[in-house]
Amino acid sequence: MKSMEELVDFYFRPNRLPHLWCPGCGNGVILSALLKAIDAENLAKDDVAIISGIGCSSRASGYVDFNTANTLHGRALPISTGLKMARPDLHVITLSGDGDCSAIGGNHLIHAARRNIGLTLVVFNNSIYGMTGGQYSPLTPMGKKAMTAPYLTIEPSFDILDLARAAGATFTARATTYHVPILVDVLRKGIRHEGFSIIEVVTGCPTNYGRQNQLGAPAKMMEWQKDHGVMKAAWDKMDEAAREGKFPIGVLSERTDLKEYTKAYDEVIARAQASVKEETA
Amino acid sequence: MSRVLLLQGNQAVVEGAIAAGVRFYGGYPITPSTEIAEGMAKRLPQVGGKFMQTEDELAGIGTVLGASLGGAKAMTATSGPGFSLKQEMIGMACSAEIPCVIVDVQRVGPATGQPTSPSQGDVMQTRWGTHGDHWLIVVSPSSVPECFELTRRAVELSEKYRCPVILLMDEIVGHMRERIELPDSYEGLSVPRRKQPDTPPEKYLAYADTDGSMVPAMADFGSGYRWHMTGLVHDETGFPKGTPAATKNSQDRLHLKLRNHEDDIVQVENYRTEDADVVVIAYGGAARTAYDAVDMARDEGIRAGLLRPVTIWPFADRQIQAAAKKTKCLLVHELNCGQYVREVGRAVRGIVPVDLYAKYDNEPATPEQLLEKIRESAEKIKGAK
Repeated sequence: MKSMEELVDFYFRPNRLPHLWCPGCGNGVILSALLKAIDAENLAKDDVAIISGIGCSSRASGYVDFNTANTLHGRALPISTGLKMARPDLHVITLSGDGDCSAIGGNHLIHAARRNIGLTLVVFNNSIYGMTGGQYSPLTPMGKKAMTAPYLTIEPSFDILDLARAAGATFTARATTYHVPILVDVLRKGIRHEGFSIIEVVTGCPTNYGRQNQLGAPAKMMEWQKDHGVMKAAWDKMDEAAREGKFPIGVLSERTDLKEYTKAYDEVIARAQASVKEETA
Repeated sequence: MSRVLLLQGNQAVVEGAIAAGVRFYGGYPITPSTEIAEGMAKRLPQVGGKFMQTEDELAGIGTVLGASLGGAKAMTATSGPGFSLKQEMIGMACSAEIPCVIVDVQRVGPATGQPTSPSQGDVMQTRWGTHGDHWLIVVSPSSVPECFELTRRAVELSEKYRCPVILLMDEIVGHMRERIELPDSYEGLSVPRRKQPDTPPEKYLAYADTDGSMVPAMADFGSGYRWHMTGLVHDETGFPKGTPAATKNSQDRLHLKLRNHEDDIVQVENYRTEDADVVVIAYGGAARTAYDAVDMARDEGIRAGLLRPVTIWPFADRQIQAAAKKTKCLLVHELNCGQYVREVGRAVRGIVPVDLYAKYDNEPATPEQLLEKIRESAEKIKGAK
């Protein structure tokens, strides 16, 4: 395993640092965990594509030395899907934020999950629109303050993994920026999973979420992650009352009974070509 | 060897795309373009290509751009409402210089409009639909055989100039059936792919103008040339850079890479214009009426002709100015309230009168109706003398 310095030297693009993330932001933790996972899985840089949408998290694609694209708000998944169709041999990893993925890009999320196309989607969930200065997203909990909810949010939030699973996602996992070894582990498993995988990473935005909601310093926000993220095995044994306010982490669901989309399409090609042969025979 | 077929314009687009080497299509069904999606769904896997019916119009063009980054010649098709939805992505294709073809089979709008009726109401939208300053290419066929040819040309231009090319059709051309002769084999008809880098990967600058053409070489994702695509303003490295100088350089190159090649891009057809006193300007489905109307006018002694812009954008300034200098009157005929006519007026700058026959009632004009307008224009010139 490479040291952090070695990871930076090997995977970061020279001259792209410093990054634009605020002090205390968890995005760097997620990006370094992703690099550790890619490194541990021995993926060649040329064989990895990192496609992101728009938002703080989506700037990550520009920092690292792969085939990368920083696309449009909400549209990382369609672009990833097209790339995977053209190049099924590539490991396509899609980076998105909670707003990017569950609001403006929500339709693409449910359909990418439904198709079971072989993408690894990493959702940086900081519970807020950070880049635009702290407006609420569909993953902002109810009763929180945001620049567009000065009198507290009244909308229930999604559980994005329940949403993806209901839409057909064959791999769902969650980790936090506090639980880094677990984060690396679920990212590795997500990358290895043949169909569509989604990994939600609970991260802190001290500047635009924490401050409005008086959640304290960045370390305090990570402590909150530590106290509220519960490993799935323990979660499964907890009753409703004990679960209150907490969330499960680790691999939450995995199934292998559904064919990956580009592989299923190979069968379409085979059937189409057989029909042509029949016609010309 | 060839075969003679009776095909719809939309079907000829499918065959033109397959012949050009398009191997990915992502799109959403919408009248009157749906036959293109249906045809691609059938034909693409036969040649080893891939078709996707996406969840919406945005994903349609999104998958196309993703496939193009992976090196595939890629295309989508839609009609007015879907074309509106695709605009943001068209802008990204302009900015990041991703080859792609978007077919817009126009119907009456705005909003849901009249899905099965012809219109040319999107002609300005093809030019200015996406936000921001940008140049792109729009071509418009008038017949079924031309649907085949111009689809190939659209793919060729998009690959050559690394920009979105819009194939602007209308319900008339999309749904009409005509005789078309197609080769049995499409071997040799595939158009050249985008320019590939000739530098080693470590020296590759994704947006550097290495040969003076202003069109950078584009490496496929996964080819060993790792680069960064962004919709942010970027410099030749491909990474965001927002300084005034970088912004201006980027805008200049995006404009000039097409403006400097207008001779290669802009095509018009002249029909009986040599000695014409009245030159009709019409494109797409509306031009079909004009051939007959011009012949009928000639039969009754009016010297009429037709200038048909095949390339809609960049605008055929030079060709239309040249026509204006030789004739006495221009008569623009289009199936909208008058859009392209404004550009004609701008280009002609008062050299000759620019008349308009705007038809926007769901139906194409008959040759007789257009003939009447030609007569009126001819009469006016006479009166002026």
